Amino acid sequence: MTDAFDLLLWAVLPYLTLVVLVGGLVWRYRHDRFGWTTRSSQLHESRLLRIGSPLFHFGLLFVIGGHVAGLLVPASVTRWLGVHDEMYHLVSFTAGGLAGAGTVVGLGVLLYRRWRTPAVRRATSGDDRLMYPLLAATVLLGMTATVLTRSIDYDYRATVSPWFRSILLLDPDPSLMSAVPLPYRLHALFAMALFALWPFSRLVHAFSAPVHYLIRPYIVYRTRDHRLASRRARPGWDDT
Amino acid sequence: MRVMAQLAMVMNLDKCIGCHTCSVTCKQTWTNRGGVEYAWFNNVETKPGQGYPRRYEDQSRWKGGWTVRNGRLRLAGGGRLRKLLNIFANPDLPELDDYYQPWTYDYRNLTEAPLSEDIPVARPLSAVTGAPAEVKWGPNWEDSLGGAPQHAPEDPVVQKLGRDVRFEYEQSFMFFLPRICEHCLNPSCVASCPSGAMYKRTEDGIVLVDQDRCRGWRMCVSGCPYKKVYFNHKTGKAEKCTFCYPRLEVGQPTVCAETCVGRLRYIGVMLYDADKVGAAAATEDEQRLYQAQLGVFLDPHDPAVAAAAEQSGIPHDWITAARRSPVYELIARYRVALPLHPEYRTMPMVWYVPPLSPVVDALSGTGFDGEEAGNLFGAIDALRIPLDYLAGLFTAGDPEPVRLALRRLGAMRAHMRSINLGEPTDQRGPGRVGMTAAEIESMYRLLAIAKYADRYVIPTAGIGRAHELEGIATRCSLDGDGGPGMVDGRTDLFTWRDDERPDGMFPTLRGGARP
Ligand code: HEM
Ligand code: SF4
Ligand code: SF4
Repeated sequence: MTDAFDLLLWAVLPYLTLVVLVGGLVWRYRHDRFGWTTRSSQLHESRLLRIGSPLFHFGLLFVIGGHVAGLLVPASVTRWLGVHDEMYHLVSFTAGGLAGAGTVVGLGVLLYRRWRTPAVRRATSGDDRLMYPLLAATVLLGMTATVLTRSIDYDYRATVSPWFRSILLLDPDPSLMSAVPLPYRLHALFAMALFALWPFSRLVHAFSAPVHYLIRPYIVYRTRDHRLASRRARPGWDDT
Repeated sequence: MRVMAQLAMVMNLDKCIGCHTCSVTCKQTWTNRGGVEYAWFNNVETKPGQGYPRRYEDQSRWKGGWTVRNGRLRLAGGGRLRKLLNIFANPDLPELDDYYQPWTYDYRNLTEAPLSEDIPVARPLSAVTGAPAEVKWGPNWEDSLGGAPQHAPEDPVVQKLGRDVRFEYEQSFMFFLPRICEHCLNPSCVASCPSGAMYKRTEDGIVLVDQDRCRGWRMCVSGCPYKKVYFNHKTGKAEKCTFCYPRLEVGQPTVCAETCVGRLRYIGVMLYDADKVGAAAATEDEQRLYQAQLGVFLDPHDPAVAAAAEQSGIPHDWITAARRSPVYELIARYRVALPLHPEYRTMPMVWYVPPLSPVVDALSGTGFDGEEAGNLFGAIDALRIPLDYLAGLFTAGDPEPVRLALRRLGAMRAHMRSINLGEPTDQRGPGRVGMTAAEIESMYRLLAIAKYADRYVIPTAGIGRAHELEGIATRCSLDGDGGPGMVDGRTDLFTWRDDERPDGMFPTLRGGARP
């Protein structure tokens, strides 16, 4: 029976998540561009944000980079490149641990700030209330797994990573996940929940990271919108 | 030469009585919504004073506008890479406390308080959290120099003067400075926006935020040295003065101008050479920026300019409007209007006729007739503090352009006073300020009589479609679905003309015929 359950968790759920994530992003872009924003709260509180937000975001960007390297690059490739497994794990543990610690501390500061500053607390929306616990759980479980990798000397690159690639290659192999230690599996499950929530929360801002700013000219000119009657009719009324 | 057209404004500060009608009508039109309680697209501040937001003119703190290094313009808040590295927390963003904590009053208590010995009061409540609030600062806290001995020494322009300015009531001078977005030729807000959501319209130069493209990176707020982009803390989007473009497109003045009690605002077309803007803004000596900006403007009466303008696709009626532009007259012909803080290098396009009243007041305070020409000219030269203060606002500290403008205004007063009193006019008077009597008189008609049709020379967006445009001008284009101004079924009586039947007032059911 575990097989059917594993199939559901590690072969069906990932694709459901992907569909919701991609479909959600398309839907949000087409129907709610106005809601696509960071919803910055710096106007209300700046001191703690200036500590917490960079710590969290830079930490997280490193962590994401680490995930890309760890999940997408097969162990055989790093070995072929002449990187010893022992060295690989040492580097990934130290770098990942530091970045992860930054992320956790930064998120802690952000959550404390959100909790303690009345105006920021007031600006916390319903989807935030769902997103922050999910985000915190994912990050904390990820940290637990990292520490575990070190202490029990677990090689996730033999199980989790190939499974992840099997999903992307549209050839899912759920059996790879069945024997994986619990923190890894929980981390992956929470991450999937977070991805499913992503398009419907403030996290969408991550998908509009403004890198094109680096190359565009400073002053933007645009001609007047020539769709004069740009306002749609009010629902229910004949507005012609 | 690349000719572009810009709708610009001039305000005649001598006439501003600080009534805030402009601010209030603007707020009612654009920012009477959640998230922008603290925002005044049009605000009026007392000068000398700290301004709104507090001390916004101190660019060593707020890093707005541009600086020039090795002859190249750079954003004072850092270039593209620095902006992106600072995106997670903007080090130069003002907090709500720097503007002011918006508040309302607990009016309900007035009617619902239980019977008691004491008269019920409406206590102030924070408009952000709803909690009881202490009112400590506001958008014009130092109104008419209230508390000036304590607050005004913090005015960055006063501090730059490096001199002891007295703020005791009898010895001080003051005036009001109404401010809107400058719709700059070289807007640092646009340059600071990482998403490219802000833009300058090619047709009329109005600077706008595309609400659908803004992602809330809030870099424009710190990028603008005048702090005229506001962050809506509810929608998470930047908002700013729109120059009431839906009104301008049909030839009506902005709401602040239309409702100004002092009738001191002028709107008209300026033609400029877009190719020259960058070099002018990079002028090394900041005291030459005023002249550099004058050099960017084009003379619409010059046939070569008109031909180049036609070639750049500027409609014919815009060129004729530029020839009748009151703004061009005040800025370029009479040279009595000056830019606000040209040293920010954004090439601002709302200019000011500096007030003569600080000088007249100071003069009258000494017991002299403040209106008499000789006294006035002497005072303009001798009373350094008001003059230098105005120069700190309008010419990066160079007193000469301010002096010329004030002398011209003084000469106009003296000349017209003689005419009104039936005295012979001083033949040399206008000549002393480099003008003719006829020029003085036409400047007088523009500045003092200030007929509606002379103050606003606004070409419409498209003559052929004028009627169609008129239809949409009666609505706010931010009212669209999900737009920040979305208000259903409301009719804007302010722009309702009597021969029109406003939509929304007598709506018909879908499919129903409407006569
Ligand atoms: C590289 C892309 C990203 C950029 C440029 C970016 C930028 C920002 C900015 C400007 C804010 C607003 C901070 C404020 O003023 O209140 C913000 C908030 C936030 N971002 Fe990101 N972000 C990025 C990626 C991410 C990712 C991948 C996550 C992941 C989960 C994330 C999670 C958050 C959260 C939770 C907040 C809210 C912080 C708070 O106020 O509690 N961001 N981000
Ligand atoms: S004054 Fe207006 S156009 Fe100029 S930088 Fe500020 S917001 Fe932009
Ligand atoms: S309405 Fe006119 S007179 Fe009154 S404060 Fe505004 S600019 Fe000054």
